Amino acid sequence: MSETRLMKGNEAIGEAAIIAGCRYYFGYPITPQTELMEYMAKRMPQIKGVFLQAESEIAAINMVYGAAGAGARVMTSSSSPGISLKAEGISYCAGAELPCVIVNIMRGGPGLGSIQPAQADYFQATKGGGHGDYRNIVLAPNSVQEMADLTILSFDLADKYRNPVMLLGDGALGQMMEPVNLEEKSLVPQKKPWAANGLGERTKPNVINSLYLKPEQLEAHNIHLQNKYQNILKQECRWEELSVEDAELIVVAYGITSRIARSAIEMAKRDGLKVGLFRPISLWPFPSERLLTLAKQTRAFLVTELSAGQMIEDVRLATGQMKPVHFYGRMGGMMPSSREIYNQINLIMREKEAVK
Amino acid sequence: MTHEMILAGFGGQGVMVMGQLLTYAGMLEGAHVSWIPSYGPEMRGGTANCSVIISQEPIGSPIVTEATAVVAMNLPSFEKFESSLSSGGILVLNSSLIDRQSKRDDIRTYNVPANEIANSLGDARMANMVALGALNAALGYIVGTSQIMEAFKKIFAKKPGIVAPNELAILAGAKHVIG
Repeated sequence: MSETRLMKGNEAIGEAAIIAGCRYYFGYPITPQTELMEYMAKRMPQIKGVFLQAESEIAAINMVYGAAGAGARVMTSSSSPGISLKAEGISYCAGAELPCVIVNIMRGGPGLGSIQPAQADYFQATKGGGHGDYRNIVLAPNSVQEMADLTILSFDLADKYRNPVMLLGDGALGQMMEPVNLEEKSLVPQKKPWAANGLGERTKPNVINSLYLKPEQLEAHNIHLQNKYQNILKQECRWEELSVEDAELIVVAYGITSRIARSAIEMAKRDGLKVGLFRPISLWPFPSERLLTLAKQTRAFLVTELSAGQMIEDVRLATGQMKPVHFYGRMGGMMPSSREIYNQINLIMREKEAVK
Repeated sequence: MTHEMILAGFGGQGVMVMGQLLTYAGMLEGAHVSWIPSYGPEMRGGTANCSVIISQEPIGSPIVTEATAVVAMNLPSFEKFESSLSSGGILVLNSSLIDRQSKRDDIRTYNVPANEIANSLGDARMANMVALGALNAALGYIVGTSQIMEAFKKIFAKKPGIVAPNELAILAGAKHVIG
């Protein structure tokens, strides 16, 4: 039986991770994700799991590397500056093909920035962050319920592809309370015959490593990784759409911004405007193919983000020069109101009317 | 109907829990609800506030900028959020601590001496519950008092002794508004 509870997004991630079988959490506090860490500090001892506050973010991600290498379901979380510190370790996890879940509850940047909600880490999350040719699977929830659901999915995808998965939220999603339904059953993670957890029945020891000194071997490893990424690209694109079929303008937004955009779209629809919403749920792999299809039937796009414009590059790559791609963003922890986005929609639609 | 509310006061007046109770009660009523605190760097004794939305529609931004109702528990909150109220909105003022009146004539203001009422019920700390009762009544009972109390029992499960006096405080706040 599941019960509807009122939870903060940060707490919902914690409980969902436990449901997914995560028994190891390593982290270092930072606003606005600290409630997740606090939740794990309370819950892990109750279920005989491990909660450890590391001496730094760098230590925490390397503890994740160790636990993942031993086959455990493991998670770490932080907010923007802390994720930068973890970048080296994430690259190591990607190189050694270690399944793990990394949560980034984004705040304003660059530098120490602010503690308010932002989406300025899109490039870092989807294009790398650490060194080398690697990809994280990146999932972007837009409600407390999805914070929970996508956390469980993150663990499953991490194991399925032996790949780091980043759950990308923001300060508003982390701090806000909403109703959430949590399955009370605990998932049993699948067996990991590759894990370095004792020889057991095997005759050859498993080795967890990202070092290949012979370039031929490293290239072969890279080709293997790239094939895996291609497979993920084919299998794991996720998105949500609303009223796109006859839309003359499609707003593209993810996470918290998609909700504000949705309210703005409802306002525009009441004026009789044909506006739809496209919300990428997986930021990598990015649902490019679907956007290309939509580009053929709509007249323009409006990308809106809590950044100077990062996801817009993927929208442009997906749709080429087919249709104009407009942008509206706020930065530094500022959030647009639905009326602001509504005004942008109106502006674009009026221009369209003029050239018709 | 979408109720977008800002509840504000100084740290310790219980505005966060006031918002959580309202949100929880809305959830029990089956509405879409959200609650979010202002979590910026605040000075000690400064203002604390939270945004609460109770709606029949899915909620966009949880952060309220154009409020349909504001509760101001102290003067700095009144000064900060009076202008956030949209026309026709409801302002609940804790007149125990705010000796000023709103100059706006496009809103409905309820002056509620929340501290005095709570004091008369035996505990000044219940001023937030008086204000909550007043707000809910002023809004025409967007949630039932019984739902608020069910939420209260969940949130304060470890303190069953405080349920009855807090219910009285909520009812007293409502009575002040209804008359």
